[in-house]
Amino acid sequence: MDKKDILKQERDAFWRKDIRGKIKNKDRTGLERVSMPEEDPMIRRRSYVEVNKGLTPETAMLEARRCLDCANPTCIQGCPVEINIPKFVKNIERGEFLEAAKVLKETSSLPAVCGRVCPQEKQCEANCFYILRLAKPAVAIGYLERFAADYERETGNVSVPETQPSKGLKIACIGSGPAGLSFAGEMAKRGYDITVFEALHEIGGVLKYGIPEFRLPNDVVDVEIDSLKKMGVTFETNFIVGKTSTVEDLKEEGFKGFFVGSGAGLPRFMGIPGENLVGVLSSNEYLTRVNLMEANKEETDTPILKGKKVAVIGGGNTAMDSVRTALRLGAEKAMIIYRRSEEEMPARVEEIKHAKEEGVEFLNLQNPIEYVGDAKGYVRQIRVQKMELGEPDASGRRRPIPVSGSEYLLDVDTVVVSVGVSPNPLIPQSLPDLETTDWRTLVVDDESLHTSVPYMYAGGDIVRGGATVILAMGDGRKAAEAMDQEFSVINERASIKKG
Amino acid sequence: MNKVVSKDYFSENVVRLEIEAPRIAKSRRAGHFVILRVDEKGERIPLTISSSDTAKGTITLVVQKVGVSSKKLCALKPGDCISDLVGPLGQATEVKKTGTVLACGGGVGVAPLLPIVEANKKAGNKVISIIAARSKDLIILEDQIREFSDDVIVMTDDGSYGEKGLITEGMEKVIAREKVDEAVIIGPAIMMKFASEVTRKHEIPSIASLNTIMVDGTGMCGACRVTVDGKTKFVCVDGPEFDAHKVDFDEMLMRLSGYRDFEKEANERYQKDQ
Repeated sequence: MDKKDILKQERDAFWRKDIRGKIKNKDRTGLERVSMPEEDPMIRRRSYVEVNKGLTPETAMLEARRCLDCANPTCIQGCPVEINIPKFVKNIERGEFLEAAKVLKETSSLPAVCGRVCPQEKQCEANCFYILRLAKPAVAIGYLERFAADYERETGNVSVPETQPSKGLKIACIGSGPAGLSFAGEMAKRGYDITVFEALHEIGGVLKYGIPEFRLPNDVVDVEIDSLKKMGVTFETNFIVGKTSTVEDLKEEGFKGFFVGSGAGLPRFMGIPGENLVGVLSSNEYLTRVNLMEANKEETDTPILKGKKVAVIGGGNTAMDSVRTALRLGAEKAMIIYRRSEEEMPARVEEIKHAKEEGVEFLNLQNPIEYVGDAKGYVRQIRVQKMELGEPDASGRRRPIPVSGSEYLLDVDTVVVSVGVSPNPLIPQSLPDLETTDWRTLVVDDESLHTSVPYMYAGGDIVRGGATVILAMGDGRKAAEAMDQEFSVINERASIKKG
Repeated sequence: MNKVVSKDYFSENVVRLEIEAPRIAKSRRAGHFVILRVDEKGERIPLTISSSDTAKGTITLVVQKVGVSSKKLCALKPGDCISDLVGPLGQATEVKKTGTVLACGGGVGVAPLLPIVEANKKAGNKVISIIAARSKDLIILEDQIREFSDDVIVMTDDGSYGEKGLITEGMEKVIAREKVDEAVIIGPAIMMKFASEVTRKHEIPSIASLNTIMVDGTGMCGACRVTVDGKTKFVCVDGPEFDAHKVDFDEMLMRLSGYRDFEKEANERYQKDQ
């Protein structure tokens, strides 16, 4: 039975028909989309408390009522891991919140994370019937996903997905970010004996060192990792594949298949004068010091620059996370300097809104061309150039062009450079047969995500360059499916031979 | 995991720790380093591997007490565990047969110098080592350096042991007396700066092993960046060894001082708590 038939069969379930019959579609579409309760901007800008407070059971059930349980649920096509959206939403409508959480876990290893960090407005919600046909706000799928996952966790009813009996096949997953965690979860469900190798001392990749507590609390991530452990996934921290041991060493230890999810962790710098002055740092360094090393807390040993005038260069989610972190570290002035206009910003709409509410200043259509330091080598000023937008470039965004004679000096004491990342080179360096592109991403088959090395698959940012959490998770899921199929074919052949 | 197997003192402030780390012991080469975090509240600090014992599955680190983390590390006793230890990191030293190698080590820089001296001797080079420190009690690993050197010169700033004077004076003496084909320089940044000026003047190809501020040690943050030959490099993945004549030591010294106030404060707090 293919996916469509399964969806249809589930939609025909008695309880789903029952719920659909209870309220007329016209009454459903007449309901207003719920809004997310938020912490007050003036309080939260100096605190690491989570900004979004989540829905209550009542508001979640009300929002779930807006979903029309479409015969052709287009929303699912907008989700990289193809969550059965109407099924979990209708479970919320009937008050079966734990059932809804289980539906999420059928295809997603980290629902509490995705409900918080996915750019839903570009994915599932962009494909909602309300947007496509009614020109009304989409069903708040992200809020509902988060509600179901939070409800399960907060009520202490975390369910562990069923796993198949062990196949006795050892699989190695390199990297414990969203791609690796998703891959590990899927493989564990299928009965593989999986070990995740992580270079840092904490599991989670960007979910731990990158995304701040006020957007994604670490204990939310830990509960989801704990679920994977209960499914039998083994985690090895402080282990750099290619350095601590090579892939060859791991093969000798009996690992049969490999998934590379080592991400794009290498920060880019602009190469402009003064970029190595004290006080100029990458967003990766800035966020790692706070999120992973907890440098904001008195009792920890890692220091952090608590600038009074902080400029963050860039317009992505990482830039928003950095500038809002600067406020929380006590900055009097926290600024975004972005070379295009707000319309072109790659950050989530919600994060831009939150940053503005908290008092972040936006210096759009401006770009740094030089950092100026004092005698001790500390950054003191930025030479900024104004820009205007020209014709669209290869990425479809309008190209920024410098305005001559527009330069001026801006006082700063900390600069966070957040202009993108490159793929981590550690794995390619240690495996000469692994084919890479000119951008140092790994070459994979589009369908199976198989690399140029036998039994090695890859996904997430190491393949895509800097992308999103949910795309990485989708890749992990896809690679698991393909690897499982490859090993199943091998097993079948072996059993035919034996027979 | 990461158990301290043995500990001995070179002096009151310089400690040698042998730590259980079988995988790192097996994979490491001369020039590699590790990043460690002493305890759950600790920061991540880089330390060069001084030697390893693959049979015992241990690595040896030489630590000088300078700040909170090194003091915490030196306070560990045999049987205690280090919370996190990752490696081997960085690019291994490239050792070729070049002729006469001048190995210059300042202070605890002698510890990371030792495996390079050993590798050079085994590659068939004539090795002249100069080990230098402020005073006698800071001279370490002299016997081990002697084992793999054709000649060893000891220099102290105050003349309390060996010859009196800076490492550069010892270097000039050797260069005046015989042909040197290559120099390896490891020590405090300021010492490396002046030592590499000596070899630049005499046009002797030189390698320096840089000790910058690091966080992750895997190339993901750029805290350790330096300018080499006009280009930005990450010491943790591109280094730690670079052509000493192409390193911008002044910039490196400036960047090393970036957290000095924090370090002082943290140190005072730690002392008070003890």
